[in-house]
Amino acid sequence: MIIQTRGLGRDFVVRRTRIPAVADVGLDVERGEAVGFLGPNGAGKSTTIKMLTGVLVPTAGTARVCGLDPVRERKALARRIGVVFGQRSQLWWDLPLAESFALHGAIHRVPAARHRERLDECVELLDMAAFLSTPVRQLSLGQRMRGEVTAALLHSPELLVLDEPTIGLDLASKERLRTFLAAVNARGDVTLLLTTHDLPDVERLCRRVVVIDKGRVLVDDDLATLRRRFAGNRTLVVDLVEPAGPLHGLHGVVDVAVEAQGMRQRLEFTGSAAGLIAEAARRVEIRDVTVDEPSIEDLVRTLYAS
Amino acid sequence: MLSPYPQLVIAGFRRHSTYRQAALAGLTTNIVFGLLRAAVLLAVLAQRPVVAGYDVAAAVTFVWLGQGLLTVVLLWGDTELATRIRTGDVVIDLGRPWDLQAALLAGDLGRAGFAVLARLVPPMAFGAALFPIRWPERPATWALFAVAAMLAVVVSFGIRFLLNASAFWLLDARGVFAVWGVVGGVLSGLVIPLAWFPEWARTALAFTPAPSLFQTPIDVFLERGEPVGALAGQAFWAVLLLGVGRVVLHRGSRRLVVQGG
Repeated sequence: MIIQTRGLGRDFVVRRTRIPAVADVGLDVERGEAVGFLGPNGAGKSTTIKMLTGVLVPTAGTARVCGLDPVRERKALARRIGVVFGQRSQLWWDLPLAESFALHGAIHRVPAARHRERLDECVELLDMAAFLSTPVRQLSLGQRMRGEVTAALLHSPELLVLDEPTIGLDLASKERLRTFLAAVNARGDVTLLLTTHDLPDVERLCRRVVVIDKGRVLVDDDLATLRRRFAGNRTLVVDLVEPAGPLHGLHGVVDVAVEAQGMRQRLEFTGSAAGLIAEAARRVEIRDVTVDEPSIEDLVRTLYAS
Repeated sequence: MLSPYPQLVIAGFRRHSTYRQAALAGLTTNIVFGLLRAAVLLAVLAQRPVVAGYDVAAAVTFVWLGQGLLTVVLLWGDTELATRIRTGDVVIDLGRPWDLQAALLAGDLGRAGFAVLARLVPPMAFGAALFPIRWPERPATWALFAVAAMLAVVVSFGIRFLLNASAFWLLDARGVFAVWGVVGGVLSGLVIPLAWFPEWARTALAFTPAPSLFQTPIDVFLERGEPVGALAGQAFWAVLLLGVGRVVLHRGSRRLVVQGG
């Protein structure tokens, strides 16, 4: 178990009133997992992450990360985890990117040969060669985030914590980062804990999702299971050769919507798509079908509302 | 790779050396103020040839060395840690496997090293071209001065670190810096020599680290008084301030509220 928390909580005192930012978080993460840590703004995600990294002292409960007590053994833990904050920078603003990497390696006491090997790999995969000698303050956000992720990985951490890593990035930059992180996680030696409001990040990277709200764990499950439980039904979109009336009465169909004067019908259904297609084909002549999965946005909307 | 701190010293030097135009602008201001301060002290000395042991040569050396040391010792303008506490970026600093105080001190020594080249040597050269600067007579004085200047940087860092760390409690440390901005220069012997202060004030100041910042290195350079004792006094304050800073950092980071999510 790389992360284990029990009853983890943190209150903030504002004008003599105790405000629980995190009330009771119990979390178990196995090595090699990729966990999406979701929740609306103010749910306590970042506060939890800061407690897991030892920067913030909990007011309740316990946490073990990499087998260490994050607060008491913060320095030892910092050598074994990497952290990326999408809204903050761990690079040296005034120095060229390459010098930031060198300093980062020195602070983590990474042997020179391993540092070079790791850096070369990241530079190639993230296509950073062109701007290694550019001062960090002159980098675009996309370039800088590639640098941030590289810095967080240079010391070969066991756990990589990403707090909104794709915030503000354009689609191509997000995709490049996701591909890279997926590859890093797929090798099995780096556990990912990711908070984001960008659900494609989760879809792409995480098999497991933990949703917290008001400082408590609301849901902790497999993404596929959550889809089935919360995301509502799939929809079969049927394009017809000739217009037809609404296809009521088919097996498992709970709702029918007719578009394009009856040329296209949307059948919300439960159960098997194959059986439904065969049944529909016996009633009308079908030109094309597609099955729409419920989106993860719908899923999260349902979860936050519940 | 043994220790990151020597590399942090170099990084501190490099970071500051990137802003050459700012250094040039600051240097110009230093020199203009040096001329004003020299004029004031020379006007005082026009009344009496020697005031509390300062003749014209000692006074102009006091001015130009003080102007040069100003940005080396760095009395004002270092609000980096306080800003990072206020914005929450300190979460990055506390999340690194280093000794944060030692890392900041290393960066500050690098900064001071660049300031010696860019901000201490030019005003001294300028002053020497126009005024009768008193250079050390004993060769050993140069080495003692180098040590005194470095200890002054460490003492100054220790004070600045505490001022900055007050942001752990206050969040906005601007008021603290403002007070220091007013009293720091006077009490440390930057504005007028401490020897010109009344007896009671000098006695009181001897119980503070303020004279270690400017008066001590300048006295060592002018070969006024006994240097080894003066350096020991600086070292005492450096160790004490760094020690208190460690306790404050520990306490402060335990009560840290990370700002801005």
